[in-house]
Amino acid sequence: MLKKAGRKSRGRRSLLWPALAIPGIVWLALLFILPMYVVLAIVFGQQDPIFRNAIPVWNPLQWNSAQFQYVFSNIFGANAIYGPAILRTIVFVLIASCLCLIVAYPVAYFTARLAGRWKGVLLIMLIAPFWISYMMRMLAWVNLLQNDGLINKGLSLGGLFNVQVDWLDGMPLTVILGLVYGYVPYMILPLFAGLDRIPQSSLEAARDLGAGRFSAFVRVTWRLSQPAVIASVLITCLPMLGDYYTNDMLSAQPSTSMVGNLINNTVLTPGQTGQAGAFVVLVLAAALLPMLWYVRSTRDEGARS
Amino acid sequence: MGWLVRWWNDPWRPPRIMRWVTILYLVWSLAPVLVAILFSFNNGKSRTTWQGFSFRWYWGDPNLSVWNDTSMHTALVHTLVLGVVSTVIAVPLGVLFALGIDRWHGRLPAGANFTMLLSFVIPEMLLAVALLFLLTSVTTPLQLGTSAQVVGLVTFQLSYPVIIVRARLLTIGKHYEEAAIDLGASQVGAIRRVLLPMLGPAMLASAVLVFADVIDDFVIVRYLSGGSDTEPVSVKIYNTARAAPTPALNALATLLLFSSIAAVVIGYLIYRWLTRGDATANKGIGGFAGEL
Repeated sequence: MLKKAGRKSRGRRSLLWPALAIPGIVWLALLFILPMYVVLAIVFGQQDPIFRNAIPVWNPLQWNSAQFQYVFSNIFGANAIYGPAILRTIVFVLIASCLCLIVAYPVAYFTARLAGRWKGVLLIMLIAPFWISYMMRMLAWVNLLQNDGLINKGLSLGGLFNVQVDWLDGMPLTVILGLVYGYVPYMILPLFAGLDRIPQSSLEAARDLGAGRFSAFVRVTWRLSQPAVIASVLITCLPMLGDYYTNDMLSAQPSTSMVGNLINNTVLTPGQTGQAGAFVVLVLAAALLPMLWYVRSTRDEGARS
Repeated sequence: MGWLVRWWNDPWRPPRIMRWVTILYLVWSLAPVLVAILFSFNNGKSRTTWQGFSFRWYWGDPNLSVWNDTSMHTALVHTLVLGVVSTVIAVPLGVLFALGIDRWHGRLPAGANFTMLLSFVIPEMLLAVALLFLLTSVTTPLQLGTSAQVVGLVTFQLSYPVIIVRARLLTIGKHYEEAAIDLGASQVGAIRRVLLPMLGPAMLASAVLVFADVIDDFVIVRYLSGGSDTEPVSVKIYNTARAAPTPALNALATLLLFSSIAAVVIGYLIYRWLTRGDATANKGIGGFAGEL
């Protein structure tokens, strides 16, 4: 087939390029699209009355929404056992993203425009967290925040005060800061790329035309970095929506659990598989718009450059 | 006070606060990990009180060190196996896919590209649960365990080589390939002898990226593991971090970090070798980082 494609290579209907792409297309169809359909078939499927395991229903015409109604009534209804976790997810992700941006923007700005000859070294140190396992970075904080850990020791100033803060026992602050710590590196690099592309001359022009440092920043730098800000916020928010391990490592209490924990706690429990699937569909529905936005923005980027 | 007013009114005063935020950020982001590495060399059982330097938790301790605790070194070996196998599958698959959809125009390749980008941004948790449901409710040749983990990781990582190679294809353009064809090469020959060598650095960079990302992966490998013998390092850390672990756990995490660093260093050396005759390439670490 390749030989034939080679001979016809200059024809418009070359078979070579489809032949190269097909393995990847089949892979994605079988292992990315199909699994999503399986989730739907399980969510809208039935349950074995004795073993309580989920029985997928493949025909969309026979789907029933009992699982979904159950989950919805427990989110919004009178005895809303899942409601708080959903609300908490939204609040935690919002606060953590804002904190990420407050930390990431100055760091990216400094690296892109003010670092001078330190730029290369700084970039390597900013990339470093990518090579360190997420679990190791959380383990590092578990060590520091233990009851007899270095943070409590530091706060007690060498035994001067008796500080016993249970950092790892269901404190929302710890979980939010943990999320910030975990995801901020993913925000800095796209922001850096966006800020690095803004020409110095446009900022100088603004200043020459009489803009103060603050208005030059707001009206030139901030405005021009808007697409990078949106893309970097999306790329940190999306994985946070499915995060349960930060919570488990730094809190392990139901008082801080998020929708990721709901999925994780139900997915392996017999009889609750359908609920896990319903949560997955819910998160996917919430994430779909940001996902499409991100895909579109990166595609426009490619078309421009 | 005069100098303060002058300093405040200087229109070209460098925004110093940025520098301090950056320095504080770097300390905050790297110091906890350095402390964790330091305590992996602790001579005592504590992860918070320093009791002297030793390799006790790496190989010294007869029962609890990484070398002597079977569950720990199984986890490490399994992680590295997953890293190598997934990279070996994902990179060629992704490179061919990138070449194909870059040149093949139509609805199907456009849809495939879109799907690939979705797989890049989807929260990993959702893909992991979906794959778990696929494997538990449909009869497939895959078993929960190594094979399922590899398949899941390749699916999640496929987008990296595709995105990197497509970006590189855009900067290369079509001239070199067309020149080769005008000089008598077949299309396949032009790809093999002109395009693939030019894509070398991009393929290398994506291999390093995929490997480092796979050995750090947690969500997919945990759901698709078949039992304690197919649990990699990240899952081991998750399972034991809150259950009074010894510094051996820090040592295990440190070894994983060294594997990542080794992959980057080896990748950088091969990058230097690949670009040895290319005067235009940026030979510094920055050039390699640029490929990433």
